[in-house]
Amino acid sequence: MKYWRRPLDKDEIKTPKGHIYLIPDRCKGCGFCIEFCPKGVLEESKEINKKGYHLPKIADGKEDDCINCNFCMLICPEFAIYTEEGE
Amino acid sequence: MSVKGAGDEGRIETGEEHPLDHILRRDRLPHIWCPGCGLGSAMTCFAQAIEGVDIPLKKQVLLSGIGCTGRIAGYVNVDSYHTTHGRAIPFATGLKIANPELCVTVFSGDGDLFAIGGNHFLHAARRNVDINVICVNNFNYGMTGGQQGPTTPVDAKTTTTRYGSFEHPFNLPYLAAATGAVYVSRWTTLHCRQLEKSMEKALQKKGFTFIEIISPCPTGFGRPNKLGEGLEELRYYREKSVIKNDASWDEMDLHMRGEEPIVVGDFVDTERPTYLELEEQMLRKRGFMK
Ligand SMILES: Cc1ncc(C[n+]2csc(CCOP(=O)(O)OP(=O)(O)O)c2C)c(N)n1
Ligand code: SF4
Ligand code: SF4
Ligand code: SF4
Ligand SMILES: [Mg+2]
Repeated sequence: MKYWRRPLDKDEIKTPKGHIYLIPDRCKGCGFCIEFCPKGVLEESKEINKKGYHLPKIADGKEDDCINCNFCMLICPEFAIYTEEGE
Repeated sequence: MSVKGAGDEGRIETGEEHPLDHILRRDRLPHIWCPGCGLGSAMTCFAQAIEGVDIPLKKQVLLSGIGCTGRIAGYVNVDSYHTTHGRAIPFATGLKIANPELCVTVFSGDGDLFAIGGNHFLHAARRNVDINVICVNNFNYGMTGGQQGPTTPVDAKTTTTRYGSFEHPFNLPYLAAATGAVYVSRWTTLHCRQLEKSMEKALQKKGFTFIEIISPCPTGFGRPNKLGEGLEELRYYREKSVIKNDASWDEMDLHMRGEEPIVVGDFVDTERPTYLELEEQMLRKRGFMK
């Protein structure tokens, strides 16, 4: 990120990092988590679960981008995706 | 693991336990709702809310009537009742009066609460019974095949309005406020954070509270009305929702088409003596209670 002025507390404020988990057999491939992740971390994979739904996956180059905001967990209608604080 | 398909790149690590699993009846998942249905998101917000407030889960009771929304009572791991069609509110009223310690919430559909159960809603709000009513408004009877209901917008297509609905729908926040609800709010299933906050407020508030949740029902309403699948309907909410806490009643009318906004917000937050408080006042006044 570029700043027009370096924030004074930039070194103290840490952006949280999240670790994403998926319970594959609950997912129904609705795409909500993919569309509404504010960091664009997720995309649809070719992989399918046993019911034939396409699962979300982490997009190329976005492996470290999850900020643990929790929104994917809240919007997922299937209790299938969630995050935990990462390091 | 039962996942088959292409390579491992980007595969999300498999989780063992969802953070809300202890509030869900895990053995019943996956639930019956269609892909892209908003009910699961609404239920997640509720599960978060009952955990977020300072009321023990043991004191929380959830009731539903009949319908897709009515299934919620069967998936939440607190004391819950799946009552007959339209009758969750009288059931809840009885529970609250018999055991005022309980935090009683009714979670049901637009048809259940405002068609067959409409009269109960009016009188529970009028009496200011200390219960919470949450209505998932998907503008139709989802469970029985997408028929017109009391919130179906004019001109909307349902299986019983092939030429477009020609009935005026209820404006639910207006109805709730007019009949006496002390807290009234409306969100879409995309407004997860606001919805969770409003639910927490309602759970903690004394008196009759009402929350309307606008939710996609791609199967019954979205597809025939060109709102598309659940995802497309959520995009539509993102584009058309306007948060306006001081909106006029007219502005709260929903059209679900064209350029018309979807006005959401916390519309009413007021105080009025509850049914039990007034009862106690009268009993004391007449000397039947010390
Ligand atoms: C006495 C009675 N009449 C009719 C029905 C059929 N019925 C089941 S659900 C339903 C409507 C549900 O609509 P709504 O409350 O909007 O729930 P949704 O499925 O849309 O969530 C009807 C008419 C019934 N179960 N019982
Ligand atoms: S927690 Fe937030 S940033 Fe991380 S994947 Fe979910 S929505 Fe995206
Ligand atoms: S929101 Fe949930 S059900 Fe929908 S695609 Fe994402 S993980 Fe699957
Ligand atoms: S019919 Fe509609 S309300 Fe019922 S589960 Fe399907 S999408 Fe949801
Ligand atoms: Mg309905």
